[in-house]
Amino acid sequence: MSLRRWWDRAHGVTGAPSVRGLGVTAEEWLQAARDVAAAGGRLLSLWASVDASNPAAAAVYAALLTEAGVLVLELATPAHGERAVYAGLAEIFPAATRMQRAAFDLSGVRSSDPDQRPWLRHSAWPADAHPLLPAAATAAAVAEPPNADAAYEFVRVEGEGVHEIAVGPVHAGTIEPGHFRFSVVGEKVLRLEQHLGYVHKGIERRFTELPILAGHRLAARVSGDSAVAFSWAYCQALEGMSECLIPARAAWLRALFLELERIANHLGDLGALGNDAGFAFGLVQFSRLKEDLLRAVDEAFGQRYLLDAVVPGGTQVDVSAPAAHALTERVSAIAQEANALRRIYDEHSGVRDRFAGAGCLAPELAVRLGVLGLVARASGQALDARCDLPCAPYSELAPAKVVRTEGDVAARVAVRFDELQESCRLVGRILASLPGGPHLSSVAAPAAGAFGVGFVEGWRGPVFLALEAGAGGSIHRCHPHDPSWQNWPALEHAVIGNIVPDFPLINKSFNLSYSGPDV
Amino acid sequence: MRLAELVTQVLEIVAALVAAPIFLGWVNQCRAWLQNRRAPSIWLPYRNIRKLFHKDAVIAENASPLFRAAPYVVFGTMVVAAGIIPSMGTRLPLVAAADAIALVGLFATARVFVSLAAMDVGTAFGTLGARREMMVGFLAEPALLMVIFVASLISATTALPAISEHLATQTLGLYPSLAFSAIAFTLVLLAENARIPVDNPATHLELTMIHEAMLLEYSARHLALMEWGAALKLFNYACIGFALFVPWGVATGELGPLGLLVAIPALALKLALAGAGLAVIETVSAKMRVMRAPEFLASAFLFAVLGLLVHVMLGA
Repeated sequence: MSLRRWWDRAHGVTGAPSVRGLGVTAEEWLQAARDVAAAGGRLLSLWASVDASNPAAAAVYAALLTEAGVLVLELATPAHGERAVYAGLAEIFPAATRMQRAAFDLSGVRSSDPDQRPWLRHSAWPADAHPLLPAAATAAAVAEPPNADAAYEFVRVEGEGVHEIAVGPVHAGTIEPGHFRFSVVGEKVLRLEQHLGYVHKGIERRFTELPILAGHRLAARVSGDSAVAFSWAYCQALEGMSECLIPARAAWLRALFLELERIANHLGDLGALGNDAGFAFGLVQFSRLKEDLLRAVDEAFGQRYLLDAVVPGGTQVDVSAPAAHALTERVSAIAQEANALRRIYDEHSGVRDRFAGAGCLAPELAVRLGVLGLVARASGQALDARCDLPCAPYSELAPAKVVRTEGDVAARVAVRFDELQESCRLVGRILASLPGGPHLSSVAAPAAGAFGVGFVEGWRGPVFLALEAGAGGSIHRCHPHDPSWQNWPALEHAVIGNIVPDFPLINKSFNLSYSGPDV
Repeated sequence: MRLAELVTQVLEIVAALVAAPIFLGWVNQCRAWLQNRRAPSIWLPYRNIRKLFHKDAVIAENASPLFRAAPYVVFGTMVVAAGIIPSMGTRLPLVAAADAIALVGLFATARVFVSLAAMDVGTAFGTLGARREMMVGFLAEPALLMVIFVASLISATTALPAISEHLATQTLGLYPSLAFSAIAFTLVLLAENARIPVDNPATHLELTMIHEAMLLEYSARHLALMEWGAALKLFNYACIGFALFVPWGVATGELGPLGLLVAIPALALKLALAGAGLAVIETVSAKMRVMRAPEFLASAFLFAVLGLLVHVMLGA
């Protein structure tokens, strides 16, 4: 059966445009995944949810990104216990492995794939407890659960002269925690294995305790650098479920926030990339530009990072005409200065030498690993949700897609520079043609059992969010998905054959979130 | 007069101890200015050393006595080295004990101890740093020796003060061979003192470090001595450079109050210029891949050999 027939069988899902859902049997589950993969689709997200009315039943969901749109497969399975096993997708989509391991840690639903090591569970709860199960099942939590890390088995590389370097989770700099296990010969990296999940905050559990109309604030805090993307995705799902149509001005303002977030993050990354190449001048200059932008955003909207700017029904803040004028001027000045700095990066032989050829992720590998977002676009994958599955106002704005094929650090730098310019252009365009009218409309809590999906292209890549309403305006299940899930494993491959001291630079060029995939 | 020589000797060492952290602070200030940042205080390295001396030392459980001894050995060798480098006067009693080749040996001793101490605790980073340090060291040392040989051939001695005195008192002080040597020496100085483009003294990325990686396990007074030692090394290298390539202003012959009146401002001026120059080099370059360090040091060696050839062929 081809992808087309699965798509035609599926029913519409509210929220983001072009999303469909389909309940499948165990056989169809694997077949549908294979068909999507064969048609060039990729795995967007995988999660489990325990049934609201029957705690003994659960469902595993797989969101698949296809050319037509997002197809959400739903597979019923027993909840928690020996029989709660479903067919794993790792062979079809390698990126599924970690999501399946996390789904087991949180919900107790096990895949049939061989890698059964814990992913998010370190020592916060015992092996037989699962935080997302109803309270009764987690009551067994003991005061001091055993440390799962002591028994964690890294894949070993054998051979003469091979040794391991263990880095983190505590680092020499002030960065997020993650453990990296390198197997090296001399300075050459033979293998890298990551172990993440040190910043588990219990966000998915916390969602179930919040009223559905207040969840956007928590969504904004899933990964602080993508606050607009996550809160927009949440509101998109919620508004779809409540059949609320937001005013045109609100949609345009949201796009404005999203592009400002993209500019700020790209500026920060470009500076940090220079610094990691030992070129501190770049860091200082880009930090100044980023600070200029944040101050302009602060003046226009009253906050630097736009954490609570997107709310259900529209936006919390509006932009006045003088503020819009000031913001336009500042952003166009930043675009010009960034261009001047780009020439310096491009012409500096030392910086070029560090960037070019380092951490290469070939396009074929990018396809196989199913990477997303900025990293994918630097490796020849023309994927951008703003162009492929546009929601308002992107269908009207028509952003240019930036694609490079080299796949090395230099390509990821170039994509950032190009997207920065494009986002600056979009900001100017949005501010010039902002529709009038209100920026906020009222939204009612959706009925229990309603299901919606949000899908927004954040600066790092597409942010996906699935929302299931509970009774009385509560949240039954909310699963936010950061593109870092897909891209972290790609980093393990990109670093093979490079030298150890190039890893920080390669890592920075990916700049993945530790917090986003560890909710 | 013996007493005056003794006074000079003590003065040179004390001056080195005092001036080394200030020199480091000055380089950091210049770097900050060149990057359009507000500069840290020039006294910051001092405050840092003072802070570290007031802390309790934490030492790994499996550290051997070598780990504890290394900071004192490193600091000691740098102090002795400061004693035989003519920074202000050329009549130094200690010089009879050690010439320029022994000076290179002193630096090598310090390097061996730092590297052994880094591997002593058995952490991956220490070993990584030690391995890279040895790679840089075994390529930098021959280049430094070649630089010194050129100057030795010109002045027919291997004693650094004598070389300096010879060069300072020449009527015609233009040597093309020394120009090549100066380029080679600058490259060696950058590599040996863990500066950009070979190493990055300001980095917090443990996987890219060379010198810093070896100090990760040190704390408190041990770290203070290591950092002071590193500042002294940079100061010593600068003074070797002055002695070989810009010896003017150094008090030759008997050192009296008049000689010091010229020597101290001359040294301060040279340090200020050298620090600013170092900051410029570090600001305009990026850190290169570790695997490029051998190429970098091979070019240093090549320049030194060119200097030697120029001297042999042109006699200048």
